[in-house]
Amino acid sequence: MEATQATPVKYDMEVVRWFTIMACVYAVVGTLIGVYVASELAFPFLNFDIPEITFGRLRPLHTNAVIFAFGGCVLMGTGFYIVQRTGATKLWSNGLAWATFWGWNLIIVLAVITLPLGMTTGKEYAELIWPIDILIAIVWVAFGLNHIMTTAIRKTSHIYVSNWFTMGMIVMITYLHVVNSLAIPVSLTQSFSIFSGVQDAMIQWWWGHNAVGFYLTGGFLGIMYYFIPKQSGRPIFSYRLSVLHFWTLTFGYVWLGAHHLQYTALPDWTGSLGAGISLAMIIPSWGGAMNGMMTLSGAWDKLRTDYILRFLVTAMAFYAMSTFDGPVMAIKTVNALSHYTDWTVGHVHAGALGWMAMISFGAIYHMVKKLWNTEMYSDKLVNVHFWVALIGATTYVVAMWVSGIMQGLMWRDYDEYGTLTYTFVESVSAMHPYYVMRAVGGAIFNLGAWICLYNVVMTVRMAGAARVNAVPAKA
Amino acid sequence: MSDHDKIYSTKLQDKIERNTLLMFILTALAVAVGGIVEIVPLFYLPNTAMCQNDPTCNGTSHKDLQGNPIPMDKIIWNPATSQHKTLDEWQPGDGVRPYKALELAGRSVYIREGCFLCHSQMIRPFRDEKDRYGHYSIAEESMYDHTYQWGSKRTGPDIARVGGKYSDEWHRKHLKYPRDVVPESVMPNFFFLDKAMVDGDNTVTTMEVMTKMPFNPVPKTIYTDAYIASAKAEVAGKTEMDAVIAFLQSLGNHVKFEEGVNYRD
Repeated sequence: MEATQATPVKYDMEVVRWFTIMACVYAVVGTLIGVYVASELAFPFLNFDIPEITFGRLRPLHTNAVIFAFGGCVLMGTGFYIVQRTGATKLWSNGLAWATFWGWNLIIVLAVITLPLGMTTGKEYAELIWPIDILIAIVWVAFGLNHIMTTAIRKTSHIYVSNWFTMGMIVMITYLHVVNSLAIPVSLTQSFSIFSGVQDAMIQWWWGHNAVGFYLTGGFLGIMYYFIPKQSGRPIFSYRLSVLHFWTLTFGYVWLGAHHLQYTALPDWTGSLGAGISLAMIIPSWGGAMNGMMTLSGAWDKLRTDYILRFLVTAMAFYAMSTFDGPVMAIKTVNALSHYTDWTVGHVHAGALGWMAMISFGAIYHMVKKLWNTEMYSDKLVNVHFWVALIGATTYVVAMWVSGIMQGLMWRDYDEYGTLTYTFVESVSAMHPYYVMRAVGGAIFNLGAWICLYNVVMTVRMAGAARVNAVPAKA
Repeated sequence: MSDHDKIYSTKLQDKIERNTLLMFILTALAVAVGGIVEIVPLFYLPNTAMCQNDPTCNGTSHKDLQGNPIPMDKIIWNPATSQHKTLDEWQPGDGVRPYKALELAGRSVYIREGCFLCHSQMIRPFRDEKDRYGHYSIAEESMYDHTYQWGSKRTGPDIARVGGKYSDEWHRKHLKYPRDVVPESVMPNFFFLDKAMVDGDNTVTTMEVMTKMPFNPVPKTIYTDAYIASAKAEVAGKTEMDAVIAFLQSLGNHVKFEEGVNYRD
């Protein structure tokens, strides 16, 4: 596919192809499980009295499937794609890349087996049991080593900005995963954290928020910095802004975890520090969002015809919105209302559906066309997917914002006699319409993932057929 | 000067961008700072319930209304100074204690079923939370909670002080079929806990593990060899339902809080 270049490089793209296809599959699976657990909260009979599919066991499977299966395949696929193309070099080790692919998918299979069986560490977003944790560490380091070594053997003079963000992600996730997973096993499938109470809480949210900051944000910013310029055919708006974006984000994001623990038994300074830095993070985040958006200046008309670009640019809008929403929620007085409510869930999904998934789908469509050297099977379906995803994400997020603020207000409401106006369960039943609306929004988004999978599979088949037909002509 | 040699930012940034190792090292340092600043002090500052080998918990000193320090053994149960010497003799208000065998087994079930995804165990110092759930949670109360269970979401109510609020029979009915008791509830039915027996060997191993923790282990003076040895008999014949109920009933009544005292500084 690179034969037209002056100095052809034969890239290792087969493994990227497989990561891309699996990302499409996991997008469907992860959001489907999400729709199901959301429906369980709206209609509890859907737990069907089967322990393996009760909300408490299935919800970690949803988060693991979207973050680590879908997100992981996107990050590793695009990571290997970008690092080769920006460095004009093959992978440092194609074999290790394949080992990463199979290892990562093995982890996902193990997660699907263990989580419904109730095998969990009891740490949010780090539920997988200790033997799988060890496997994750090995596979993650294999990915990281390969990526960084490919950066090291690049033929270009400078390291491209996307690879800075990926490097930050590789280092930070290694720190986080290792420290947060420190535990003493009771059996092969059960272990307890070596930390307790206050310390465990802080370490958990240092992990929890930086999995968001470095994996779900930093990693995906690497995608943004490569695919938006490529798809729009414009250079990045400001190189200097990207330098600022990278170093402030890399240094600053780490501090935010403490804002999850305001007004808890942690010393107050920790939460306040987290809140202060959270507010400051609006500046680099919006700088980065502007950098992505303004890359289109002079090419905005392309949005009319280029459906892939729509995904990428809308993702930047959601990124800007989520990175405003987040710092606002970190303010102590707002957090007093928003903490423990659905507002948090809405915030997470504005990021997950609007920013990460949108930028991922944009990158996937862009890569599929390049990787198989073809046009999409249907550009129209890309456009349909875009609108379906946008409507689904917006429905979901609006439902959770409204229900979250309502919950917070109901819990703290006092009547004229100075007693609490509502019992807790009144707030639960008041949430029902929004829980239904959330499930509907999720289902719409899931439909989009199916459209993507269908379109990608048909594109690959079409490209395969074209290649077979082309053989006699070449001979 | 070719385009590749032109410096678009600063000399330092340009140097970093050309050198993979340098970028790796600087990135690895930059991402380490925030975590170190926020986490490490929680291991040596007061009011963080870091109490192993130090009965003062890094110099934690809660003061009563007269300004006199409250002895830490009023907050954290110490069998050596308390009039109640064993876990079985312990009474609510004696101070924070580790879980008894059956409660610990129940806690493992609680973690397994992902209850923490909907129920928090961390009451904040607000008027409405005090009225709804009780006194705000303090650090010492979760010092033995290896794998903390504060939670992050209240799809259901906080349960940090649920102990003693409802009868065992209410809990049994509610856990089995929540909507039989609370029609608007969205909690799954956990009737199956009534059919599963507690694993005695697992409970014993769990207790041993809790005494080996590098931070805030359960003291061997509380989980004595004799107590651990008796644990298997203690949980024999008990169902996971019994265990979860024992766990829930143990929550939140350990410390006798005095009205008006600030336990957060």
